[in-house]
Amino acid sequence: MAIANNRSAKLKGIFKSRISKVKFKGSSLVLAIPYLWMILFFIIPFLIIFKISFSEMVDGQMPPYSPIANYEDGKLDIKLNFNNYKFVLSGDDLGLDEFETESEAENGNEGKKEESGWFTKIMRELDNNLYLLGYWQSLKVAFISTLCCLIIGYPLAWSIVHATPTMRSILLMLVILPSWTSFLIRVYAWMGLLSDTGFINQVLLFFHIIDEPITMLHTQFAVYVGIVYAYLPFMIMPLYNAISRVDYSYIEASMDLGARPMTTFFKVLLPLTKNGVIAGSMLVFIPAIGEFVIPELLGGPDAVLIGQLLWQDFFNNRDWPLASTIAVIMLGLVIAPIMWFFKVQRANEVKA
Amino acid sequence: MNSQTPHIRSKWRYLFLFIGLVFLYAPIIILIVYSFNSSKLVTVWKSFSFEWYSALFHDDEFLHAIYLTLTIGFCAATMSVIIGTLAAFVLARFGRFRGQGIFSFSITAPMVMPEVITGLSLLLMFIATANGSHALAGWISEHFEITEGSFLYPVLRQMDGFPDRGVFTIWIAMVTFTSAYVTVIVRARLKETDLSIEEAALDLGATPFKVFVFITLPSLTPAIISGWLLAFTLTLDDIVISQFVAGPKSTTLPMLVFSSVRRGVNPKINALATIIVAIVSICVTLTWYFMRRREKRIMREMAQIKSK
Repeated sequence: MAIANNRSAKLKGIFKSRISKVKFKGSSLVLAIPYLWMILFFIIPFLIIFKISFSEMVDGQMPPYSPIANYEDGKLDIKLNFNNYKFVLSGDDLGLDEFETESEAENGNEGKKEESGWFTKIMRELDNNLYLLGYWQSLKVAFISTLCCLIIGYPLAWSIVHATPTMRSILLMLVILPSWTSFLIRVYAWMGLLSDTGFINQVLLFFHIIDEPITMLHTQFAVYVGIVYAYLPFMIMPLYNAISRVDYSYIEASMDLGARPMTTFFKVLLPLTKNGVIAGSMLVFIPAIGEFVIPELLGGPDAVLIGQLLWQDFFNNRDWPLASTIAVIMLGLVIAPIMWFFKVQRANEVKA
Repeated sequence: MNSQTPHIRSKWRYLFLFIGLVFLYAPIIILIVYSFNSSKLVTVWKSFSFEWYSALFHDDEFLHAIYLTLTIGFCAATMSVIIGTLAAFVLARFGRFRGQGIFSFSITAPMVMPEVITGLSLLLMFIATANGSHALAGWISEHFEITEGSFLYPVLRQMDGFPDRGVFTIWIAMVTFTSAYVTVIVRARLKETDLSIEEAALDLGATPFKVFVFITLPSLTPAIISGWLLAFTLTLDDIVISQFVAGPKSTTLPMLVFSSVRRGVNPKINALATIIVAIVSICVTLTWYFMRRREKRIMREMAQIKSK
């Protein structure tokens, strides 16, 4: 038996090694087409925004930024300008001096500055800086939305896995179907539901649960609802794959040995589906950080997310270097989660 | 799929499913209901009418945007399937090669990359290219003294400031963005295919190209079709990236919808949404039905072979 196993493994190895290293005439061409495309249209553009983030805005010229390298009299002169980074990270020259003096005055009244902890200090710093506040709000919104997606998505994915085979494929299709219809239209649907004269308020008024409409549209709440709604299918798919791969005998063993359902869930099912949880969370969290459409349509003026700030700086203020800087810093924030996602994707593939 | 996974009858399970599906479908159903409302105020029901549908079909701006978006979607999905399938093939079947890390990263990353970053970086690259080609065209015309009469002049005119922002740049951006999804789908399928058939063909002297066209490609067809459809819908749906790379004359449907929705709810958009939902539901249901029938047929055939 052992010998047979060994032999089949060997055979498999031979097959794998032969097939997985196809080399033939033109094989480099097969590689070159997608490779060149991605380098040209994905990698190089990043280098360009990185470069532009170090230049200065010049109004009235096209393109509206200064060159960073100058070639004159046979001498190459490279000037890196860090002002954009300083501006975004410290919020100088933001015209928010008034706010600052105000908060300092408040401090003066309180007397002791040291008493306020580092957290309040950071929060005050955030309040004074539009951009840092934008990054912070985006991270917060993305994190909470991801958590909500997980809380709604996990039971749903679990319920789909445990349906009869026919029902399973129908339910799976029903979950994916909304994501095939337009994203914009799904966000738009919530505008009609959440507005003051919208469906939810009308129903609540009709049943006299409330006396006057609740303001829901153009608030932070609406942004959460929109993001969770739009990204939920992306959470469910990896979770469904992970849960359906779990060997059910582990669950049975755990239950037979007397573990309560909650214990079984946290100690057995959740660890076994860890990769699905991570992949789903990253599929929601990373795009949500740069989200523009949802906060623009559903959100209010009180909490502006970083994607909106980038958009405004680029399209309204035509400050390309600043917009590039915002993008580079945002990239710095998302690169770690992207790598994590990438690693988990690979691990999933090896398993499958 | 794990065949041992039991079917569980629990009231919790039905509750989860009920809440989840209501959350997913209620907004869309309400949106559809209000598209038949004759009142201009979307949320106040007056009477049943098709008014907004006829208004939509008489709006030239919308019709042009629909035409443009479908064209871009068709071309982008086609190119994206080519790039994505090649990339999937490289990742699944080529061993290790130099720069593999960068390759697999840049083919996966567009899926999760925030759209504002992808859009901005592509636009800045297009502008840099346009400036470069403008300078190059100027240098050539000066150096080789090409004037208006020369037969090379039209070529040079084309080159000057290439690429123009518009349909072409949206196409490039969409292919870059969507080929990652195609790669994931096709690659999953490639992992499942039976290598021994390809092996046999190679042993019998078929060239790798022939093996790819006659054996690998047919077994990939379902994956390629679903990849194409996904790329197509993603392109029809994209707003942020398109808005960045589009020129003044290339307003796609999502861009038009976005600018009108920004001003508030609009019953015409409800009508448009209803049409989109109807088309998508019909297509997805049909695809699902045929794929399921095919799957069942294969299962039956396998069972027959086994019983013999």
